[in-house]
Amino acid sequence: MPDQSPVSAAPLSRITHSDRKNLFTIDTSTNVHIIVFVLLSFGLMTVDQRLHYLEGVRDVLSTIVYPLQYLIQLPTEASGWLSENLASRSQLLDENAGLRRKQAFINTQLQKLTALETENRRLRMLLESSIERPERVLIAELLSVDFDPYRHQILLNKGTRHGVHVGQPLLDQQGIIGQIVHANTFTSTAILITDPNHALPVQVNRNGLRTLAIGTGHFQELELLHIPNNEDIQVGDLLITSGLGGRFPRGYPVAKVAKVEFDPARPFAHIIAQPTSQLDRSREVLLIISDPSPVGDIPLDTDKSPASPRKQP
Amino acid sequence: MMLSRHPGGWVILLSFIIALLLASIPLPTWVDRFRPDWLSLVLIYWCMALPGRVGIATGWFWGLLLDAAKGTLLGQHALALAVVAFLTLKAHRRIRVFPLWQQALSVLLILLINQVLVIWINGIIGYPPHNWWFLAPAVGGMLLWPWVFIILRDLRRRFRLS
Repeated sequence: MPDQSPVSAAPLSRITHSDRKNLFTIDTSTNVHIIVFVLLSFGLMTVDQRLHYLEGVRDVLSTIVYPLQYLIQLPTEASGWLSENLASRSQLLDENAGLRRKQAFINTQLQKLTALETENRRLRMLLESSIERPERVLIAELLSVDFDPYRHQILLNKGTRHGVHVGQPLLDQQGIIGQIVHANTFTSTAILITDPNHALPVQVNRNGLRTLAIGTGHFQELELLHIPNNEDIQVGDLLITSGLGGRFPRGYPVAKVAKVEFDPARPFAHIIAQPTSQLDRSREVLLIISDPSPVGDIPLDTDKSPASPRKQP
Repeated sequence: MMLSRHPGGWVILLSFIIALLLASIPLPTWVDRFRPDWLSLVLIYWCMALPGRVGIATGWFWGLLLDAAKGTLLGQHALALAVVAFLTLKAHRRIRVFPLWQQALSVLLILLINQVLVIWINGIIGYPPHNWWFLAPAVGGMLLWPWVFIILRDLRRRFRLS
């Protein structure tokens, strides 16, 4: 004990000194770190929100996380594959017969449709208005559904490699679902029409009344804006896309009017519509591939068609 | 580079990868409301146990990946996780010696701050919350903390991470 004290006295002072110094440097470095990273985050967020320069960065990052997302999807895919492979013969025969019937039914309707389409085209030519281009679709599957209950976004398993681009409209079998907001190499993010930040130009199928359908944050509700109290709109009216925004092709079903409230105290009626598509249930969605060329230039279109700018997968 | 300098770094890496997986696995809506921010939980543990190795930069990086995976604003979760790491680093000497339930309370506090940051940014860009459910993930995280802590501690001891 007595011989230890002179030995330990000198290092002790040095240790405490260096320790204190060390401790303080660690603390200041964390402070500096947090300030740097907070500023960096704010910078990133501002650029991402306002300027859209960061699609490349997002692309790289989402390519890094793609294997994980693929991994998540694997069990559902595997169970689907298993149930398909283990289905009994009679079940398959039943399903086959059912599909055949449906196919026949659809085919007869399609015949009528092709006739109508050619007639429509001819009439439009006569009227010298634009020809609506036939649209092709790309089938994509949902990888995941967001996430935050406050933003309605879905992640799809098709990306720019498959020809997906930002702004591409999204359908399911019953109607419009949403549009693409980020297109990465392997995946893409889409915003649903019920997202509070989404607006969709629609018109009433019955009388052509145009309005905007705004998302409310609820899967079953869209709000129709700026319809005066004396306007002709009823519960049950079908709303279709009007094609005015330039994003969505014309004539796809969107929603049915579910509630109409005329309040004399307010300038506009309060109208709620219910989407025709099952936004929270569909697993497979269709991406419409159509040339975003503006309406009204037929000769230009025929010139361009051999060298279409759209990348084919 | 982190892997070569320190043995066992892959355990940390793996725990973060699993957290990211858990954060994006589809769940029924009623569970989904309480789904904790797994990355925060794992980050809090490592910042507390190994403050020299896991810190603000790690949290920020994984937050950025979470942003890419979720399709949120780039930097949103990165900011929140950087703040989580910062708070944990500041308090790690105290939190470390707390009994588990008290630790869980501190974790709740940190998770609440994390949640509020994310919600604030959502509000700024036009997604204000509709109700108070946005605080539920923090509660879920608090309830799960003891298990996360025990599992990660055992992993750390088993692979002698220090």
